[in-house]
This record gives sequence, C-alpha cells and structure tokens, in this order.
Amino acid sequence: MRLLTHNMLSSNIKGVANGFPLLIEVEKVIEKQVDFNPDFLKNIFPKIEWQALVQASRSMGYAELPEESPESSMLDSDDFLMKFHHVLLELHLEEGALVCPETGRKFPVNKGIPNMLLHEDEV
Amino acid sequence: MKLKQLESVLGDLEQFSNPKVELEQYPTGPHIASRMLYTAENSFGDVSNKVVADFGCGCGTLGAAATLLGADQVIAIDIDSDSLELASENAADLELDIDFVQCDIRNLEWRGHVDTVVMNPPFGTRKKGVDMDFLSMALKVASQAVYSLHKTSTREHVKKAALRDFNASSAEVLCELRYDVPQLYKFHKKKEVDIAVDLWRFVPKRNLGRGI
Repeated sequence: MRLLTHNMLSSNIKGVANGFPLLIEVEKVIEKQVDFNPDFLKNIFPKIEWQALVQASRSMGYAELPEESPESSMLDSDDFLMKFHHVLLELHLEEGALVCPETGRKFPVNKGIPNMLLHEDEV
Repeated sequence: MKLKQLESVLGDLEQFSNPKVELEQYPTGPHIASRMLYTAENSFGDVSNKVVADFGCGCGTLGAAATLLGADQVIAIDIDSDSLELASENAADLELDIDFVQCDIRNLEWRGHVDTVVMNPPFGTRKKGVDMDFLSMALKVASQAVYSLHKTSTREHVKKAALRDFNASSAEVLCELRYDVPQLYKFHKKKEVDIAVDLWRFVPKRNLGRGI
C-alpha cells in the first residue's frame, strides 16, 4: 500500500466519527521506483491531506517532508517534487497494520494489501 | 496502446481457478475489458493521468487495463482475499503498479480524489440489489465518471436509480455487449451462455470528489 492510498482511506467502523487518518504500524516497508511525473504531482497536490501524509511518511521512517503544508509555489522546486513523489508513490507498507485513530482497532496489512473488512458488530 | 494490443495483453491474465458463486465472480473477458477502458480513454479522456478505482476487481482485469492506458494511480478493491492475491500476481507479472485494498464496497469510507471508477459489479442475481449498492458508492466516490456493466434487462431500472437516487447528472448506455458466461458453476446447465449487457457511463452531479 502506498501513501497516496493511505491518504484516502478512513476507518469504516460504525459509530466512528473521525476515522482519518489511520495510524501506521510498520513491520516492513519496501521501496519501488516509479517514473517521475511532475504533472501528476502538481495535479494531486491540492487534494492531499498534508498532515496525514507527513505523519504517515514519518511512521514509515522518512522524515524529509516539511511539517507545515507547503505553499503551492513549492511545486516549482524539483527537490520538493522528488521528495513528494518518493513519499506518495515509492514507499510501500508491505507488512504491518493501519490503526483506527478513535478505537485503536487494527486493520492488518499483508503482502501490501490492507484488510479493511469489518466484523459483524462493526457494520 | 492500440485496442488489439490491449486485448491481447489482458487475455494473458490469470483467471479465477475456484470462483465463488456467492460473490458472483465472473471474469471480465479481455474483449469487454479492453473496449470498456479504451472507450473511457479515447472518447472521454477519463483514464490517462487520472486516479482510477476498480470496484470489485476480481482478478484485476479492469484495473490492469486502466494502468496500461496510462492511469496515474489505480486502486483496486475487492472483498475476497483470493481474488486480491490473484490480481496482485497478475499486476506483478505485467509490472504494473496497482494498489489493492480488501474491503466490502458497501462499507467503504473514502476521503476522495478518485477521478474515475470502473467496475464489473455483481449483477445482483444471487444477492439482490448489490449491483445498485456498487453503483451508488461509485457515484459517491468518483469526481468525473463511472463506467459499469449491467444486464440489459435492467436498463430502465439502472437509469432511474442513477438519476433519481444516486446523484448522477447523466446516465448513458455507450453500447450493448454480449457477455459470454462460461460454464463456471455446477448450476450452469448450458456450456456457455451469452447474456446481453450494457456498458454505461455515468457522470456524478457534484464534480468535487470530496469523498463520502
């Protein structure tokens, strides 16, 4: 699971008011190289919840994104775009868990696939 | 990529070896899948440089097609772990970057920014209404368009539900296709059945893609 997907997923347990962002428990992170596409990054940037991305990237052991949501002028900086690209598309949570911020319920991640299935009493 | 080339690549994907009848797992054949995504890309520009979600991805054919046609990110969702395993192997074989999530579409919580949803949902013959659950969720998630297959016999119902209940601003049948249902399950008496399905394009009303 890449952090772009993490940035969209939310805890779906019944009764949870604020299930976003899911916390990340890491067992194994892998990196896969992806072609750099600045247009895509510029397009997706305004739609990203920055704090959630920064928090997620730190859990994954990457601390080079600025804490504060960057100005859109940062998108002219290749250095920034490369970091954004790396965090969003190249880091994969291969094994671990996503944790509901409200209830602490863990959604396991195996072979890179988060399991968001609910138990009967959570629907 | 040309249509024929796309169809041929999709034809090499591994299909279900033990399909589950309760989930109405029927593979989306390469003929239909290639035409669906090719139309989405070439007639409407809904695939390349977009974020695409494949709902009920099964062995991952539609998601793979979207990736091959230049989608920037593809997220494929299915309830069934066997399907997801197969789909991720298929993606790895083709060296495609697809993100998989195991989830019941009906319980999906989504913060947004998916442009296009593509899906071949269960037709609701085993579990009534599940096709409409998929459509309703797809129209909540997509900011740009939803492509879906539904039985031609349900055309009026689909149109009415999409426009009246699910927030679609338009619902258009792009073409009618023949869906070969191979003899997968024991209750299939005939060797192969041909059913008529519609390829739909729906446009959601608010173009914000703010999620659910």
